[in-house]
Amino acid sequence: MAEKDYILKVDDLKTEFKVGKRVVHAVNGVSFNVERGKILCIVGESGCGKSQTVHSILQLLAENGYIAGGSVEYFKKGANKPQVLSSYSRNSKKIRAIRGKEIAMIFQDPMSTLNPVYTVGRQIMEMLLKHERISKKEAKARIMQLLNDLEIPTPEVRYDQYPHEFSGGMKQRIMVAIAMICNPDILIADEPTTALDVTIQAQILDLIRKMQQEHGTSVIFITHNMGVVAEIADDVAVMYMGRIVEQGTVKQVFTNPQHPYTKALMRSVPVMGMDKARALDTIEGTTPDASTVFHGCEFADRCTYATEACFNRFPIDTIIEDGHRVRCLLFEEGEQNAE
Amino acid sequence: MKKTKQNKPVKSSLTKRSIQKFMKNRLAIVGLIGLFLLLTACICAPLLTSYDPGFIDLTQKSLPMSAEHPLGTDRLGRDLLARVLYGGRWSLLIGIAASLGTNLLAAILGCVSGYYGGKVDRTLVTVQEFMSLFPTTLIFILLAGITGRSINIVLAIWILTGWGGTMRIVRSRILSLKQEPFVESCRANGISSFSIMFHHMVPNTMGPIILNVTMNVGGYVLSEAGLTYLGIGLPADIPTWGNILNGAKRMDILLNEPLLWMVPGAAILLLTLSINFFGDGLRDALDSTTK
Amino acid sequence: MQNKTEENLLVVENLTMEFASPRRFLEKQKPSVRAVNDISFTVKEGETFGLVGESGCGKTTLGKCIIRLLKPANGKIFFNADGEMKDLLTLDHEDSFKFRKKLQIVFQDPYAALNPQHTIMEAFDEPMRIHGIGGGDKEKRKELIAMSLERVNLQPDYMYRYPHEFSGGQRQRICVAKALVLEPKLIVCDEPVSALDVSIQAQLLNLMRKLQKELGLTFIFIAHDLSVVHYMSDRIGVMYLGNMVELAEADALYSHTMHPYTEALLSAIPVPVYQGKHDRIILEGDVPSPMYPPSGCPFHPRCSRCMAVCKQSKPRLEEKANGHFVACHLFDEE
Repeated sequence: MAEKDYILKVDDLKTEFKVGKRVVHAVNGVSFNVERGKILCIVGESGCGKSQTVHSILQLLAENGYIAGGSVEYFKKGANKPQVLSSYSRNSKKIRAIRGKEIAMIFQDPMSTLNPVYTVGRQIMEMLLKHERISKKEAKARIMQLLNDLEIPTPEVRYDQYPHEFSGGMKQRIMVAIAMICNPDILIADEPTTALDVTIQAQILDLIRKMQQEHGTSVIFITHNMGVVAEIADDVAVMYMGRIVEQGTVKQVFTNPQHPYTKALMRSVPVMGMDKARALDTIEGTTPDASTVFHGCEFADRCTYATEACFNRFPIDTIIEDGHRVRCLLFEEGEQNAE
Repeated sequence: MKKTKQNKPVKSSLTKRSIQKFMKNRLAIVGLIGLFLLLTACICAPLLTSYDPGFIDLTQKSLPMSAEHPLGTDRLGRDLLARVLYGGRWSLLIGIAASLGTNLLAAILGCVSGYYGGKVDRTLVTVQEFMSLFPTTLIFILLAGITGRSINIVLAIWILTGWGGTMRIVRSRILSLKQEPFVESCRANGISSFSIMFHHMVPNTMGPIILNVTMNVGGYVLSEAGLTYLGIGLPADIPTWGNILNGAKRMDILLNEPLLWMVPGAAILLLTLSINFFGDGLRDALDSTTK
Repeated sequence: MQNKTEENLLVVENLTMEFASPRRFLEKQKPSVRAVNDISFTVKEGETFGLVGESGCGKTTLGKCIIRLLKPANGKIFFNADGEMKDLLTLDHEDSFKFRKKLQIVFQDPYAALNPQHTIMEAFDEPMRIHGIGGGDKEKRKELIAMSLERVNLQPDYMYRYPHEFSGGQRQRICVAKALVLEPKLIVCDEPVSALDVSIQAQLLNLMRKLQKELGLTFIFIAHDLSVVHYMSDRIGVMYLGNMVELAEADALYSHTMHPYTEALLSAIPVPVYQGKHDRIILEGDVPSPMYPPSGCPFHPRCSRCMAVCKQSKPRLEEKANGHFVACHLFDEE
């Protein structure tokens, strides 16, 4: 098959945090690729390392965090050599030129990401002028255009207003505007709809879809909600305890989920129209502490299919079909038997 | 407290966390050691010196440092070391009494103000704002002229005018605690206001209160010194650090017998610095939001 | 769910709750906020009544009025006390206190619902003591606490621990146990799972359904997530801006949706099923400020089927099919 056009390749990324004298492995050998112009969803529960993965991409880790291994390669359009983001230091000029301009980010909480003492227009303008040499007049025209595209009513009035005059959903639109103003190649959205109501969530998801289609932006979308994944993703990566346990296209993962964790995640949420007499599937126990040391599969002690081997051996990725990979011993053995 | 035996080891886990956090802060440990040294020196004053701080011996006046008088004597022949140590007792006692009194009053007022809200709250906050604007020094100057100087009056004025700061902190803490589900759940179960306030809410405001009590001790020792130095604080027969300084304020003493003002000055400096370092460490240790 | 009877346990009539904006010196008085606006419904004994709506719709305020954390401006709340309906809002002091243990609440945030300074036992013990559970015998109360913890699948000796030693899911189960220990008839569950991880949510939902079956409890289940409410409830009330806009049996609400807002809400829920590209109703704009509610129907500024009449007169909640109530002019009979 033809080589796919990847914009971002993450290979065996390892991110660690120093907490006192202990080292916490937040991201533990994660590999995935982002296809140009597609939406990749990283899904998982709190503490699974999904946020740390994308923070590592932009070198936005907290002071005590660092990339311990692996690489992040960014393929800029037209460039023949990738830029290795993981080799840049935390505050280098190179990575700052990429942040916001080539790869932009939206955060979960729009309330605290906007600075309350500046007008919204000024905050978008600042972002634009930092990365592009244009006059203020041109900049303003471009911002107005974007606010229009984002379906923000009366943009002329909104431009001169302060964040507290905006509702939560409207603030998140502004965050999308700030992220999109430099027309980045990749948009990273870290749980952008978690704090919002469902009807507002639907608006924002729709907006991100629209931006992605009109501007050809690639999106990495982080969420814990399987429903949102089904709604917006092209490709999916399911994370558990710092590792990707299953990845594939949204169709592959949702119509043919393989990993016990993925299956349980999907079946543990109530769905409208389901048989209400049925008890929900649960994943027993709780997510282990981040500093737990494992000798085998991280999910083994909560997994109903676990065998003794699962506790003693680390599973490796098994390819189910083109692009669909599962990290589970059940499938490794199946493959060996078939041979 | 009414704790059963079984949960003792568990109770320690809450305090243990705070102690561990405190122990990591080096400056706080320095403060703790300084405070400990000063306190023991003052408490054990009779063991460290055999002189009476008030004993006037005109044959021994203005002596330099010697084995007999480690810090020398003043113009009335009183032993300086004895005066500073015994004076420290008074200064600290007054500081602690004022601080405890102020903060107790503040905690009660803040709690009532925050919990009941409405008119009670508005009145108390207005009174507090008025108090914070009122020039306390003026009261001291007036009273020194009218009634003469006395410990009780000084303490009373400090307590009655000084509750504002802690009261505001407690009040705002109580206001936010009032919204907490665990307090709402108490109300939903019909638990009495008294129990909600003093059994459920106040233990959750203890951190800032304890912090203010310690920090205020330093503050009051300093104000005592200041007021007494100006001659409007405590009566002259009580050998506080402020009074020792007051005795040393003549120009020729300042120039020729520097020990007389340097020693009490250094004691005050050491105390306030120790308390501040200790208090900062305490604040971080008691703050349950940071790890 | 099985032990549902036809007897009403709770009847809410024309309940209205207003919050006055604080008046500041030299400032114009702002209008008061009507968080709950003339709401009436009944809850049958042994059923789960779901309340669903977006943030600011008044569902939590309504729940707090029912357990009498807030004093409503108007209306009546009748509670079935052994066959006799008593208005909870006009009880004398002593009776009022007696009824408190019968209505319990489980809050959204399990981290804030337990006093960090008290052990689990201390937290359980005080309300039990003042309500005379266990007959004033401390050992007996301890036994009951242990039983209650076991009922929610926790070890009895957890009672000597402090809240910070538990995970979110465990804390929420402790909160459920704390409500159960007072032997309540009705538990108001205010978003009990929305602060929890997905895998933990399912554990708690299953547990609550099991407990309801075993103990014959009645739940008022408040949440913003319609699919969770639908799964848990027998009947559902949909709220918007302080008003009840639709009230129906859970399945009827899903299969025969009437109100345009419910329709939009249903359509907005992301479903974890691969559907390819599909269309959804996307509501425009935000929920208006409850301080300045729109004229007429509160939903009309966002409604795609808004008519002239919607802007002028407010629709009343009326029964349009058997047990299916809706407040919308679309269903007005000419």
